[in-house]
Amino acid sequence: MTEAAANPAQTREQPIKASEIDPKFKYELSKIHGSEKILKCFQCGTCTSDCPVARYSDSYRPRTLIHMAQLGLKDRVLNSDTLWLCAACFTCTDRCPQDVEVANVIRVFRNLAAEKGCFPQVFKEQAASLIETGYAYKIPELRIKKRESQGLPPLPKGNPEKVRKALKGVKFIDGIQKPQGEKLSGQ
Amino acid sequence: MGNKYLIFLGCAIPYRVSAYEISARKVLAKLGVELVEMPEFNCCGLPLDPVSHETMLILASKNLALAEQQGLNILTLCPGCAGTLKKVNKALKEDKALKEQINAHLKEVDLEFKGTVETKHLLQLLKEDVGLEKIKASVVKPLTNLKVAEHNGCHILRPKDIIGFDDPEDPQTLKALIEATGATCLDYIDETECCGAPSVGVSDKVALALARDKLNHVKQVDAQALITICPFCHIMYDTNELRIEKMFNESYGIPILHYPQLLGLAMGLTPEELAFNELRVNASKILKQITQGANTQ
Repeated sequence: MTEAAANPAQTREQPIKASEIDPKFKYELSKIHGSEKILKCFQCGTCTSDCPVARYSDSYRPRTLIHMAQLGLKDRVLNSDTLWLCAACFTCTDRCPQDVEVANVIRVFRNLAAEKGCFPQVFKEQAASLIETGYAYKIPELRIKKRESQGLPPLPKGNPEKVRKALKGVKFIDGIQKPQGEKLSGQ
Repeated sequence: MGNKYLIFLGCAIPYRVSAYEISARKVLAKLGVELVEMPEFNCCGLPLDPVSHETMLILASKNLALAEQQGLNILTLCPGCAGTLKKVNKALKEDKALKEQINAHLKEVDLEFKGTVETKHLLQLLKEDVGLEKIKASVVKPLTNLKVAEHNGCHILRPKDIIGFDDPEDPQTLKALIEATGATCLDYIDETECCGAPSVGVSDKVALALARDKLNHVKQVDAQALITICPFCHIMYDTNELRIEKMFNESYGIPILHYPQLLGLAMGLTPEELAFNELRVNASKILKQITQGANTQ
């Protein structure tokens, strides 16, 4: 995903067709844990003006994303690469005068996009490591061994088997595991 | 539960920030905080939250349920882990339906979330459990003449209604802890701004531009070192400082220290004991100044 390919300022300029509007989207969002208060947003722009990422990015604008969602532009929001630029610093959440919990709304957008299979590669790697080791970063064997010489106690076991068992039925994790399973059965 | 905590390392620290763990353990031992090792823990869940909130909830509550079995509160060195465990603890305690939904998953591995333990980050523990006076009393080599800047990072402060022990707009805890070592903590513009680390991998350009501006602001006030309390912020600055210097034609030479490394020096521990050799940005200049300062006292 490149930043240039994902400029909502550009997509916003494209004329909106009535057929791409999903008028129920905002009501769906208002029922999801984290984006319950999206209807309270009155577009003041505090989130965007205080956003450290927006300052350095040509495209990431939380207010715009929320506005698009309120208008029902579901596909444009969920296909937008800029969604993934949010650093989850929670400055917008703390400063929003309407208590919209902006960072959580962005997280809900991302979760919905991920359910459609639309998310950056880095999360696939972290999920794969989690399933395999119980840790989101694959800690090198050398590092684990080095702990002893550094005077550190052994690393707690990640117990991936239990992690997989506890995560059974979680849509995203099932989706990650599936292609690997298919590959294995084809071998 | 007293001054006895289950230590929760998370992923990033054992992955590549061992100096933080080494120095924190040494300093906490000197302050009489007892750390209990866990045979089993997994990722706190935060890295997967953007793609699956449910995954995060299950992972965090699994860790909490494991700690509940030990009957001990959790200490983390990573603000991301602390924030996540606090957030999930609160959410499940307040929302019975959510708790039931998550417990159905935990039942598969014979665990149950009850909501009986609390989580603290190192900074909160030093402030609330150990206390500034005890920390000041532990200083045998005050770092007078050393001028540093602080970088709190986001998740130690926000969202305020969940973390809550400091003011995100004007944080004081880390500053006070730095000054307890005898060093001066300088103010600079945009002190509470994000380091950019979470954007790495999605847009390095944005992430590095954020870190560059922070380093510029730290340099403008002539800080001799930048003090962090988060493994991700530390990686962002320490690992990337040389890269940023090259990329933007800048020159910093500012060592990035984990707070327990700074405190450890003031406690009389040696740079070797505090794993200074693990730092990418050379800290020998300030170490020399500190040793010479101690000799003349």
